[in-house]
Amino acid sequence: MTYNINEKGYYGEFGGAYIPEMLYPNVEELRQNYLKVMAEPEFQEEFNALLKDYVGRPSPLYFAKRLSEKYNTKIYLKREDLNHTGAHKINNTIGQILMAKRLGKNRIIAETGAGQHGVATATVCALMGLECIVYMGEIDIARQAPNVARMKMLGATVVPALSGSRTLKDATNEAIRDWINNPVDTHYIIGSVVGPHPYPDMVARFQAIVSEEIQWQLKEKEGTTKPDYVVACVGGGSNAAGAFYHFLDDTEVKLIAVEAAGKGVHSGESAATSVLGKEGIIHGSKTLLMQTPDGQVTEPYSISAGLDYPGVGPMHAHLYKSGRAEFIAITDDDAMTAGLELCKREGIIPAIESSHALAVFEHKKFQPDDVVVVSLSGRGDKDLETYIKHFNL
Amino acid sequence: MNRINQKLQEKSNEKLLSIYFTAGYPNLNDTATIIQDLEKSGVGMIEIGLPFSDPLADGPTIQASSTQALKNGMTTEVLFDQLKDIRKTVNIPLVIMGYFNPILQYGVEAFCKKCREIGIDGLIIPDLPVDVFNDRYKSIFETYDIINVFLITPQTSEERVRFIDSISQGFIYMVSSASVTGSSSGFGDIQTDYFKRIAKMNLKNPQVIGFGISDHESYAQATKYAKGAIIGSAFIKNLSKNGVDNTEQFIQSILN
Ligand SMILES: Cc1ncc(COP(=O)(O)O)c(C=O)c1O
Repeated sequence: MTYNINEKGYYGEFGGAYIPEMLYPNVEELRQNYLKVMAEPEFQEEFNALLKDYVGRPSPLYFAKRLSEKYNTKIYLKREDLNHTGAHKINNTIGQILMAKRLGKNRIIAETGAGQHGVATATVCALMGLECIVYMGEIDIARQAPNVARMKMLGATVVPALSGSRTLKDATNEAIRDWINNPVDTHYIIGSVVGPHPYPDMVARFQAIVSEEIQWQLKEKEGTTKPDYVVACVGGGSNAAGAFYHFLDDTEVKLIAVEAAGKGVHSGESAATSVLGKEGIIHGSKTLLMQTPDGQVTEPYSISAGLDYPGVGPMHAHLYKSGRAEFIAITDDDAMTAGLELCKREGIIPAIESSHALAVFEHKKFQPDDVVVVSLSGRGDKDLETYIKHFNL
Repeated sequence: MNRINQKLQEKSNEKLLSIYFTAGYPNLNDTATIIQDLEKSGVGMIEIGLPFSDPLADGPTIQASSTQALKNGMTTEVLFDQLKDIRKTVNIPLVIMGYFNPILQYGVEAFCKKCREIGIDGLIIPDLPVDVFNDRYKSIFETYDIINVFLITPQTSEERVRFIDSISQGFIYMVSSASVTGSSSGFGDIQTDYFKRIAKMNLKNPQVIGFGISDHESYAQATKYAKGAIIGSAFIKNLSKNGVDNTEQFIQSILN
């Protein structure tokens, strides 16, 4: 049994490409080419060189001594926050911009929630000299102002998504509509392991560098390639997919996916998709999503813009349904507290998304000799205002 | 014989105007009135839009009407209830156009069964891909004699157009240009070349052109090359502007 994708583009019963015919040629072109292109030695070489010299990889696997003491277990932080642009998102955008170039595309579109993926996309477009249009919900534009400014400085056009809840899901709708309107010259850089096949698989493969590094870094530090646990937050699920990737089929490594409970899983203001979601179709993928009994997608809520998404990637829907990963939901308050705790104990200000993953230690007891790797998916600079407001700093 | 086939095969030269509207817009209970008025005004087929929260293939006009319809309280159950007696007064083919998720949640088989009971003749589900339909749902549609209508676009390869023709019944929905609904004003050379290219292929199914048709001129242009044409956003704009009592005038302005 494998927990990875099958040849038809499904993880178990989840995935596929539920797209209108207007998108068929674009998605089909990508499907037919992505594995071939990624396997080319020149592609690999260029990808790895950029990850090393531009992104700053490998990102450290840092033993968090004082945090480990507090929780009486061995905590390692995978420092994606130290990447150029401040999050794991850049691993994927580097890969996809190289893919877009191979496919002869000269116009790039993207959606963004927290703005991290938008910044990462604007960055690689500047690097390659390609036109960049980023769709962002009007509400997110307001709550992630520094990232909006960054995208503009990097030369991107930021287009507000004014429909629906005016957050990430609506920005994604707008990006898909743009792609329908521009089918020939445009590549859509999706920011997570969501969307129609082959996106979830392609993005997971670009993020897989994270678990590849964890394996050899842990070998150096602990003498084993296998942690006991890997913990990551899940919005769409790309940092989790990357951190889990090389451990998916090794059930000795336990996987923990952390979702945003918002104001409480059953408060009506939550983004805990695995608990609240039902099987359905969103953004071209069959997966779990939050919806009314009538099949209308419902508005999620999280203090963290990057986790404020009503679906999850199909890989994670399968990991949940099959029981391969444990899913836990962390409230706004608990995440913020865990974020502040990391500041105080380790001198690291995490993104609020990552703070959700860090809250696992208040939620679950680990053994003293357990090796727990947490994906520190991003840094907290973009979230200062939210932290300031929350803690009256 | 399914009403769609009957209608599209009768009097081979006659052109067909099909109208899309979003059920539950402008008011929740306008559905039956709009359908009846459309038939009386000379419309040949109607697409009843089942509103969805995230209509990926639609432009701002249909998005806004869908949002409003959902606010008004439209649901799948409500729509079926509004349509339960529709065949007492309406004879032209009726098609439901909706995104796949609400249909999936209702249950594909239950949905088709209900459509048959009411007298709905076909479904257009833009985000239900051809291969998934063939693998999983074709036999259900056949059991209830519901036609699933497939789309082609200017980017669809000749080989795929032939394939879609081979599995289609009723008609092929020809999306006029690379765009979501409601955009463009009139057709340029790219569109007419595409219309001609498809017309020359002698497909077994008639084609009905939709997206970007808004007035008499674009209707006339489209029906020069195809059996019929579909108007959606322009009709919805008319409902917003002139209300539900203006249907006949709007249709006459398209036809003449
Ligand atoms: C720092 C950080 N972590 C996590 C996420 C959530 O995305 P994903 O679940 O794809 O990793 C985001 C999204 O913006 C992010 O910025």
